[in-house]
Amino acid sequence: MQVETFYYDNRIVKNFAFATLLWGAVGMLVGLLAAVQMYLPAANFGLPITTFGRIRPLHTNAVIFAFVGNGIFMGVYYSLQRLCKAPMFSKTLSAIHFWGWQLIIVSAAITLLAGYTTGKEYAELEWPIDIAITLVWVVFGVNMFGTILQRREKHLYVAIWFFIATWITVAMLHIVNSFEMPVSLFKSYSWYAGVQDALVQWWYGHNAVAFFLTTPYLGIMYYFLPKAANRPVYSYRLSIIHFWALIFIYIWAGPHHLLYTALPDWAQSLGVVFSVMLIAPSWGGMLNGLFTLRGAWDKVREDPVLKFMVVAITCYGMATFEGPLLSLKSVNAISHFSDWTIAHVHVGALGWNGFLTFSILYWLIPRLYRTPLYSIRLASTHFWIGTIGIVLYAIPMYWAGFTQAMMWKQFTEEGTLAFQFLETVTHILPLYVVRSVGGLLYVVGMFIMVYNLVKTVKAGSLLAAEEAQAAPLTDHQVVYGKEYWHKWIERRPVQMLVFSFVLVAIGGLLELIPTFLIKSNIPTIAAVKPYTPLELQGRDLYISNGCYVCHSQMIRPFRDEVARYGEYSKAGEFVYDHPFQWGSKRTGPDLARIGNKYPDSWHYNHMLEPASMSPGSVMPAYSWMLDDAIDTASTPAKIRAMQKLGVPYPEGYDRIANADLMKQAEMIRGHLAADKIKTPANREIIAMIAYLQRMGTDIKTVPATAAAR
Amino acid sequence: MSVIVLLLIVSISIAALFLLAFIWNVKNGQYDDETAPAIRILFDDKKPAAGSANNRSEGVTTAKKTENI
Repeated sequence: MQVETFYYDNRIVKNFAFATLLWGAVGMLVGLLAAVQMYLPAANFGLPITTFGRIRPLHTNAVIFAFVGNGIFMGVYYSLQRLCKAPMFSKTLSAIHFWGWQLIIVSAAITLLAGYTTGKEYAELEWPIDIAITLVWVVFGVNMFGTILQRREKHLYVAIWFFIATWITVAMLHIVNSFEMPVSLFKSYSWYAGVQDALVQWWYGHNAVAFFLTTPYLGIMYYFLPKAANRPVYSYRLSIIHFWALIFIYIWAGPHHLLYTALPDWAQSLGVVFSVMLIAPSWGGMLNGLFTLRGAWDKVREDPVLKFMVVAITCYGMATFEGPLLSLKSVNAISHFSDWTIAHVHVGALGWNGFLTFSILYWLIPRLYRTPLYSIRLASTHFWIGTIGIVLYAIPMYWAGFTQAMMWKQFTEEGTLAFQFLETVTHILPLYVVRSVGGLLYVVGMFIMVYNLVKTVKAGSLLAAEEAQAAPLTDHQVVYGKEYWHKWIERRPVQMLVFSFVLVAIGGLLELIPTFLIKSNIPTIAAVKPYTPLELQGRDLYISNGCYVCHSQMIRPFRDEVARYGEYSKAGEFVYDHPFQWGSKRTGPDLARIGNKYPDSWHYNHMLEPASMSPGSVMPAYSWMLDDAIDTASTPAKIRAMQKLGVPYPEGYDRIANADLMKQAEMIRGHLAADKIKTPANREIIAMIAYLQRMGTDIKTVPATAAAR
Repeated sequence: MSVIVLLLIVSISIAALFLLAFIWNVKNGQYDDETAPAIRILFDDKKPAAGSANNRSEGVTTAKKTENI
């Protein structure tokens, strides 16, 4: 058979590698800033763009989609070509993919800092960027499947299956979760409301962890670990079994993010059962990775690449052991809304994703540049600094999470809550300081790597097109028994996958979404009414300033939460919440029933200087809200968008909405004036107060209406 | 909770898709050999420099043979 000569495209791999380094440094520095802001409110600098509510989404988006995203593409573009014994399908598509993704990252950074956000965690980007992500993802898919079709190796190595599963599932998750009704170029409302929005969001959120942070990285592990150790994977059969088991189980685990919330019980239980089952395939991957190093542990002692890999895989094992544990309802009752979650995700993020990325960079860059690594010693230093960083990060966060959760639940002998919320926060601040030291060490390690790799790059020269040879695949197909018509489809895996996905997706989505979703937003609690225009504007400010990253709006049916915050939350209360704002972390107290708890003037002063009302508070000041005017021009469009989503504002209400808005604003201005606070009625703070005072009050009005009016 | 219907349909379709892919894998003979693929990926490391080109393709052929056993 004629052997063909072809060239692997290393330039695109190099581009993604550099992008990984750049965005990794940026994302981690932003994370460090966020960590400092947790105990030093002054680090918010009093500006909207530098305040925690916007910094935190920037950090999560940067490290997940920019750092790990580019890391995935680096690993895929390098390994796929070699596993398929074919260059990438199209250099143009590779370039569009690369520059498109970087453009998305830049626009994401700008819009998030500017406060353009959908308010759904890890899916914060607004609709034009969502569309751009979809397009670039399709380009990536065409390029990947094109390469697979042109392969010269019949067997699809297990890593490729991880990449395929990643591509399909991320596409589906992104599309389903990003259904939104545009209001303007950079503002939209989630198509779903309340409980439904929460379920879709966490179905997405959990699977984003599964199919963006896990499956592609497992695929990458299955290529780079055997390469770095120079021995085959421990059990190829195990890799196949755990792959299929993992992808079949992962998709059902999402509801474990919503335990004890207003989500129906059976959906919660479904999530728990599948989460517990997940431990088997997850540990299958972890053990397969570690056992691959059997008989090669002497190499681990010397080779920093393997050192990083061992810690990465161990962290993967710890995080995936902890995951099922956290999804047990009794554990979740303690861990949820606390720093325990933060510790959990950072073991995965810093250990698994971070360290695996570092190991691949250390392995890859010297190969791309045909020169040995500048300094193995520096790489080892990075390894130790990074590992100590992870430990100093994780342990204080576990400690803080557990301590705070226990304090929340503590009652005195008289049966009252033992601690004010603020006391539980100030108590764990020293642990936040240690955490930021851990983060700092990790970032320092990162910069040592950048220096090391830059030196390596300067010493070598890029092998842009790497020559390789292989025989082409023959078209011969083995026929098993009788030929059926569907064999034709089965022989074309790509067409089959793409066509059936498109068919099912279009059919399912178009038929179901509009009819079902809008109808089921009919409230089950008669007292629950749509937001007034002023409250709606206030709610958009709440979302835009990222209040949801620190404040939940979901009171779980526990004694302490009911005693602290009030009546537990009901599903029917959220039917007009596009998007839902339940939150996932309580750095500040829950706000679900904050309405009418404090006078308007309290909120005014609290936003101006939180510590003046709650001494010791770590909440940043939002003083600009006192000066900035409400964007009333957007009110009609917002009302119309809500109407389209089924919120029952009267016909033509968009035209008179601003009149109602001003009327309510004047009323709040009056309340403030009574407390000797002078402010014009059109300020953002007025809208914010209107929203805060409305929250959770609807169901309280039922008995009160009869009595008061 | 009608959105559950949507999520179920989407999730089951994806799962079905993966099931089809799995069946295709098995029927296609992708899993007939569970040894060679793991070893084969280790071979393509060396650049096909002038002298070593022959050695390299030999390595690949050996792996191919294993697969056919």
